[in-house]
Amino acid sequence: MDQVKKILGIVWMLLALVVAYYGLSMFGIPKIMSDKQEDTVFGWIILTVLMPIIVGGLGIFGWYSFTGEYSDDKV
Amino acid sequence: MASSLGTLIEWYDFYIFGSLAVVLATKFFPADNPTAAFLSTLATFAAGFVVRPFGALFFGRLGDIIGRKYTFLVTLLIMGFSTFLIGCVPEYETIGYAAPVLVLILRLLQGLALGGEYGGAATYVAEYSQPNRRGYWTSWIQTTATSGLFISLIVILVTKTSLSPEEFDSWGWRIPFWISILMVGVSYIIRRNMAESPLFAKAKKEGKTSKNPLKESFGNKFNFKFVLLALFGAVMGQGVIWYTGQFYSMSFMQKVMNIESAQVDTMMALALFVATPLFVLFGWLSDKIGRKPIMMIGMLLAIIAYRPIYKAMYNSVKIESKVVTKNGLTEKRTVKVHAKIPTDSLITFHQEKVFTDGTVMKKDSIVHWAAAGPSMVNGKPEEPLIKQAITVNPDTRWLLIVLVFIQVVFVTMVYGPIAAFLVEMFPLKIRYTSMSLPYHIGNGVFGGLLPAVATYLVVSGKSAGHSEWYLEGLWYPIVVAAVCLVIGTLYLKTKNKSLEEDELVEETEVENPVV
Repeated sequence: MDQVKKILGIVWMLLALVVAYYGLSMFGIPKIMSDKQEDTVFGWIILTVLMPIIVGGLGIFGWYSFTGEYSDDKV
Repeated sequence: MASSLGTLIEWYDFYIFGSLAVVLATKFFPADNPTAAFLSTLATFAAGFVVRPFGALFFGRLGDIIGRKYTFLVTLLIMGFSTFLIGCVPEYETIGYAAPVLVLILRLLQGLALGGEYGGAATYVAEYSQPNRRGYWTSWIQTTATSGLFISLIVILVTKTSLSPEEFDSWGWRIPFWISILMVGVSYIIRRNMAESPLFAKAKKEGKTSKNPLKESFGNKFNFKFVLLALFGAVMGQGVIWYTGQFYSMSFMQKVMNIESAQVDTMMALALFVATPLFVLFGWLSDKIGRKPIMMIGMLLAIIAYRPIYKAMYNSVKIESKVVTKNGLTEKRTVKVHAKIPTDSLITFHQEKVFTDGTVMKKDSIVHWAAAGPSMVNGKPEEPLIKQAITVNPDTRWLLIVLVFIQVVFVTMVYGPIAAFLVEMFPLKIRYTSMSLPYHIGNGVFGGLLPAVATYLVVSGKSAGHSEWYLEGLWYPIVVAAVCLVIGTLYLKTKNKSLEEDELVEETEVENPVV
């Protein structure tokens, strides 16, 4: 199981990159460029508050998983 | 009861703003003023899911240093007074920009208070509970979010039916905000007389509390990895399932299925009312068989069932497959001339259809007509604004109530045991701080994003011509819950975690915990 967690660590880090890509290209930048004020506010919140939490958090989680921090003897 | 009552009132206060958002927008945030509209958007988004994690950090830190009791007493008062004061703020017409600014500040205070309340109440109750009944007692806290939504809907409904539409629009909308102060007063008196959590009181007496909970929670690798595990292995999935069952289902019926909003409100209220006791059932069951299996099964069932459920909901009111009764078609055309510009007017084409199965559809197509003909946009006649409202027949109504109820069952499975689960994950001295942040990020960020992301996916699916475009919005909760299910299943321990401090509870011999 510890080996599976290590391999999945790479998956979570890649997933963080995918979220970053879609967060920027689908929500963040298009919303900021929108003419609608509510979309602009939403876009800035996505980029400055939510994206760092999701991408950073999932990326660190993946790294910890990859380096064995969640192995049975450490949890 | 004291802890649950306070948390219920906080949720009530928070939802009142959302439920009355349409009225408030006209009072404090006039649509023709861009700055006011900007403040309105901030008030909705910021307090909705950005401010709550900050409240979790701020009040969580206080709770781990000063104590659980005094901290959640403060959050209760902040929430209560902020809500009461929103009901007292003069309208935009009276004090201009000060109105939206004041409302925004009060709304931010509401978000901060809510961020601090939940962790305090859950921690307090868990630390007061017998170790083998922690899931049962904390599940009462879990009922409060749903009950708060339910009560806010009832209070608004009663206020509306007691007053004429003009009275409600003029001043009646303030009543639900004012009522808050009475409830907060009662809750404050009850909470003030409560004792500090026995575990925290003992730790404080022995000088074992944390000096810097934020640093110990998030600067310490060992604790931080549990914060991340709580977020991605449980709360992230719980957040999207909670928002899908209780909010997306509501907006799906209103916006995608076009069902009349009053009928949607009553269907939602009934489904929530019937399902709410299940929070306690699953909390109790989690004491017997473990928190993890219940939460993971709840997520798995939701992932499998969402698409069939929403497909059945959508097909239940498919107008195209229904037959109009004889003489069941009414059409009317009305013209409303602009009050100040006589050459401008709004033309409304009203159509009403009664179908053989008892379903009724009302449709208004509104066109703006200027002196030179129809209003033009980019060289083309302006698209009519279409308002459609469907009143479903009793059979369909019951079917929809059952389908929403099933979704709320999933909510109760993932949400009922989660307070006890989070409390058991962290050590006493940083518990309030550590559990509050993942909870509010999971709910606020992942759950709070759901309406915007799901709507985006539905609109994109429709414009791309997908045959089942109305189901596209479900990909967001399905994918997030699936990731959470994998992480939770593989990384979380199956057995309920035994707190190191359990023996302290036994020493205090608590027989009737205050919940």
